[in-house]
Amino acid sequence: MSQSLVTALASQALEGIVEVAESRGELVVRVLPVALVEVCTTLRDDPAFAFDFLMDVTAVDYPGREPRFEVVYHLYSLKLNHRVRLKVGASEASPHVPSVTPVWRGANWLERETYDMYGIQFDGHPDLRRIYLYEEFEGHPLRKDYPKEKRQPLVTRADVEPAQQRRQRERDSERYGRWQ
Amino acid sequence: MSLLNTMPEFMVTTKVDEMLNWTRKSSLWYMLFGLACCAIEMMQTGGPRSDLDRFGAVPRATPRQSDLMIVAGTLTLKMALRTKVLYEQMPDPKYVISMGSCSNCGGLFQLAYSVCDGVDKVIPVDVYVPGCPPRPEALTEGLLKLQEKMMQEKWLVRSTGESRPALA
Ligand code: SF4
Repeated sequence: MSQSLVTALASQALEGIVEVAESRGELVVRVLPVALVEVCTTLRDDPAFAFDFLMDVTAVDYPGREPRFEVVYHLYSLKLNHRVRLKVGASEASPHVPSVTPVWRGANWLERETYDMYGIQFDGHPDLRRIYLYEEFEGHPLRKDYPKEKRQPLVTRADVEPAQQRRQRERDSERYGRWQ
Repeated sequence: MSLLNTMPEFMVTTKVDEMLNWTRKSSLWYMLFGLACCAIEMMQTGGPRSDLDRFGAVPRATPRQSDLMIVAGTLTLKMALRTKVLYEQMPDPKYVISMGSCSNCGGLFQLAYSVCDGVDKVIPVDVYVPGCPPRPEALTEGLLKLQEKMMQEKWLVRSTGESRPALA
């Protein structure tokens, strides 16, 4: 763990940081959801941190714990060669976490993946759709309570066409709306 | 065609069905349909060592030009409908070889949340090639089996209960 990073974190006294801990030689910072975007912006822009690369966004499901989900962000600084892991809780009843796409554009697909697999809602995400699975898929497969034996029904054309037509209408009105 | 060698050069007698089937089976154009690791083995089969070309099988990149679809790899549920659409785009008469455990029955992923257990849930399959992945020899054998099957087809005699439509 980089000591300079810890001192920099301590000197900044960022709002919304709940806990700074070390896990197997890596720095783990627990953040409140409301402060996430602000903390991320500071971590990116402050020259002491310079976290210019969001490596991964994922989530962990802890059934029976409150908050049940933990969204995990791995940050890396290409300039200073150090890493940090951010963790944000999300409750089962309303798994909402602010999106960090305004901070790192690369978060877009990573957050879509996390939404796809865990059903975490990223508020402010420009296009929160499933990315790996298809729209008709029921449930979020990496949740611990997703039944292992559950089989999804085969999608037929009749299932897909209404959604396709809806999307086509949306695209059309987006493109040609002002002439209509 | 067994008479070929015994007849003088200028004359061949055969049955029309057999003639038609012989020409068709000798120019089986297959659509590249690699979905997972089996696709690597399919490329190997088309490559110079096992050389599927010598049986008249040429890879095509579009369903509109192909007679045969070799489904090579894991079919996910997301891909299932697209497979059906691609199959429907192929001109009749058309054939399907299901290559590898994954497309035969879902293989080792068959209980996964996103995997369709067998391509025959979506489209009709003519030949199943077992293996994970099947060696190029196995796929070649599958193609020869399909050619055998094609040689059995009757185009001029309309028999009831035939699954393939007869030529008009
Ligand atoms: S059958 Fe084996 S080699 Fe073929 S796609 Fe499935 S896992 Fe890969």
